[in-house]
Amino acid sequence: MSDAARERILGNIRKSTGGGISERTAVAQRIATHPRGVIPARASITGKDALTAFIARLKAASITVAEAAQLGEVPRLAADYLRANNLPARLRMGADADLAGLDWQSEVLRGKAEGSDEVSIAKAFAGVAETGTLVLTSGPANPTTLNFLPETEIIVIRIADVVGGYEDAWDRLRAVYGNDLPRTINWVSGPSRTADIEQTIVMGAHGPRRLHVIVSG
Amino acid sequence: MTADGTLFSARVSGAIADPQLQQALSNVRRRFVASRAAAKAALPEWGALSDEARAIKDHVLAHLDLYLEAWEQKATAAGAKVHWASTAADARDIVLGICRQAGAKTVTKGKSMVAEEIHLNQHLEANGITPVETDLGEYIIQLRGEMPSHIIAPAVHLTKAQVEADFRKAHTNLALDRSMAEPRELVAEARGILRDKFLAADVGITGANFLIAETGSSVIVTNEGNGDLTQVLPRVHVVVTSIEKVVPTLEDVSVILRLLARSATGQEISTYTTFSTGLRRPGDPDGPEAYHVVVVDNGRSELLGTALQAVLRCIRCGACMNHCPVYQAIGGHAYGAVYAGPIGAVLTPALNGVMAAKDLPNATPFCGRCEEVCPMQIPLPGMMRHFREEQVKLAKAPVSQRAGLAVWAWLAGRPRLYRLAARAGMRVLEMIGGRAGRIRSLPLATGWTRHRDLPAPEGRTFHDLWAERQRARGKA
Amino acid sequence: MPTVALFVTCLVDAFRPSVGMAAIKLLEDAGCEVVVPEGQTCCGQPGYNSGERAAAITIARRVVAMLEPYEYVVVPSGSCGGMIAKHYPELFVDDAEWGLRAKAVAKKTHELTAFLTGGLGITSVTARFPAKATYHDSCSALREMGVRAQPRKLLGTVEGLTLTELSERDACCGFGGTFAVKYPDISNAIVEKKTADVAATGAELLISGDMGCLLNMAGKLKREGSKVQVRHVAEVLTGMTELPAIGEARRP
Repeated sequence: MSDAARERILGNIRKSTGGGISERTAVAQRIATHPRGVIPARASITGKDALTAFIARLKAASITVAEAAQLGEVPRLAADYLRANNLPARLRMGADADLAGLDWQSEVLRGKAEGSDEVSIAKAFAGVAETGTLVLTSGPANPTTLNFLPETEIIVIRIADVVGGYEDAWDRLRAVYGNDLPRTINWVSGPSRTADIEQTIVMGAHGPRRLHVIVSG
Repeated sequence: MTADGTLFSARVSGAIADPQLQQALSNVRRRFVASRAAAKAALPEWGALSDEARAIKDHVLAHLDLYLEAWEQKATAAGAKVHWASTAADARDIVLGICRQAGAKTVTKGKSMVAEEIHLNQHLEANGITPVETDLGEYIIQLRGEMPSHIIAPAVHLTKAQVEADFRKAHTNLALDRSMAEPRELVAEARGILRDKFLAADVGITGANFLIAETGSSVIVTNEGNGDLTQVLPRVHVVVTSIEKVVPTLEDVSVILRLLARSATGQEISTYTTFSTGLRRPGDPDGPEAYHVVVVDNGRSELLGTALQAVLRCIRCGACMNHCPVYQAIGGHAYGAVYAGPIGAVLTPALNGVMAAKDLPNATPFCGRCEEVCPMQIPLPGMMRHFREEQVKLAKAPVSQRAGLAVWAWLAGRPRLYRLAARAGMRVLEMIGGRAGRIRSLPLATGWTRHRDLPAPEGRTFHDLWAERQRARGKA
Repeated sequence: MPTVALFVTCLVDAFRPSVGMAAIKLLEDAGCEVVVPEGQTCCGQPGYNSGERAAAITIARRVVAMLEPYEYVVVPSGSCGGMIAKHYPELFVDDAEWGLRAKAVAKKTHELTAFLTGGLGITSVTARFPAKATYHDSCSALREMGVRAQPRKLLGTVEGLTLTELSERDACCGFGGTFAVKYPDISNAIVEKKTADVAATGAELLISGDMGCLLNMAGKLKREGSKVQVRHVAEVLTGMTELPAIGEARRP
């Protein structure tokens, strides 16, 4: 049934589009060259400017931020955060190489998140300054469920991975994956929230209620 | 008036007389309008991005078959099973088939306007499968058996007291004395209830805001994270979407994403924007084992190459209805259609035929705000006017209206007769208005005088005064 | 001395010719010779917006032919002005000859206050009209004719007049031509918000540049028992304090 429907639908569409050589070339070319469109000024920043803007926007979105000079400090900052928020000293994480070798002060659970996990820790693929957005990719290193099941998530982002705009993040992704993307790419820009009841914003609708970001050298 | 028109009129009266709805609508008016304005002011490149977004979509529509084929090829290579559905009925059956094949007992669902459009839930329920809506607004209206009243804020018409009552009625396992007065308590309760469903689900159904041809991906945009839990936890992920959602590349979707949340709620970006490509990769600890994408036509391909093609640029942001004085007065349910507001006034007759919901393109003063705020620059008022013309051509416009306009047009082409009629008519109205200067009631004009006085004219027409002045000057 | 053709509009002609006279005074004071082309009736908008395209085209042809000899066309209305300036070309999109003629007329058609401040470079008026006022921008003036700052600029020079803005400045008044009588309950719900906004400004005078909006808002205000006076911007700019406001009692 679906194949007949496919032909019917595409056939109907083809009545209005031109399926000639020039159209096919235009389509193939746009996909292959993926030209950038208008890049706002707020996305055209780099280096220190990008980092400053990135952190400011995280904070503006009810994300708490800690800064580590280098990865070695991350376990202490994570433990401090758990203590300060009366959370158990237990972290769910994936097999991310940057996190794997660290000397954790908390109990570590490895693998995908379970419904009973309270805090997860993941490492971001990139951070985008233009809207304070963290980019996370699925896989054994940082399973997607880390970003959604626990009530609290900690995300570690390396300073070198902070870029100005979305397009910069896509370039980095292509460098690693080509255009065979992982199953899930998450752009996370805050804790879970809803305004569905009387337009009142409430955190922790279904995803994490708390999001803490550790920016590390 | 037709049965359809009577129904519309009754829904409008009900909506206007509903104080809770009016309060909710005034909240919408204040928040969404101000937030969007602030977001636009903070993004100097707004106009350029809007021009670009429009150009991208126009380009896609001009090459829609090729982009759909490119997307399909890439998606399939990543493990997606792509299904094509010409009609709503086909789409419903496909989804039911997937659920049956998966032996689904529990099905969770993220928000999808296409799923509403094809009436998916009713079909699944009639066949023994109850999909649980996980978007909080959709969950609430599912409990109430209602349609969404807004495309991004489905429960916007309800007060927290109403939601509390609904939860107490539905969540009978929970303590009767629990406090539920505040939104935060209601959200916490919903979180707990729905968490169990997320974890138990065999199939998760989401929509797709976009399909990306370059990578074969589908994109969803949420603030709650419900769409993500819906698609990452179950064995099977089903996407219900439509043919015009495809965009060429990751860069192209980025342009449009910059406008979507800002236009909808004034947020710079939604909390979660998720790009899904195929099924879980070997070695992935989580993710679905099967990924189906159901691509629905349901009348859209008919619009290509017509005066209505531009409506396919819509990204379902809801800005048009947020800013519409009619929507602000009557809310979404009064439209009596899946899609409300200005986009609904065009999409409903476009997909379902000129006479579907025939009041919708007529019940507007053409203020033009919808077109002004639309990030995709869809000429909505012009399209509504198009449907008014179609109704006239089909001889379906109200007889009294056509007769009155025919007389008007006849006189307008005959200036001397027009002058006589105007002179006589205005003299009469001026007399009726009398010393008060206004008319409280006028037979044949109850449409006006039901709620307003009619100001009396000055008594003489401009052309008579002008002719007098010219004569006097001629003499001088 | 520029020659200006006044397209007076059917509502001004029928309901409030003083507005037409005021427009002429403003244009003459600014140094124009004003001509009122013969045979004016209607711009065709009621038919156009009701889907009666053929009738609208017939009327539009007459209007185009009537106005095309003149160098400038001025309209004391954003709605009728917008019909000619924005919608006439659309009406003739499939007609090469009339399309060109309609575009030519569209290009030289201006709303009154926009023409005074833009085309004629007028920066002030000499009128006196002491009142605490607020201004309603009609949707078509705002969105079709680009009129927002111009009336305010001139009103700012009227002696004794103060202007307080409405809280929702871009909001429709609910008139919409035949919409007001076809969907009276919705129209009423919209105009009620407008009159509440007017009341909230504390203004004693409501000014606008479109007769349709003015009749609608004045009609609602009077029904509500409001004392707010409603006037067309041309009356205020020419200091017509003696003229009874729209919907007001005549002097005996």
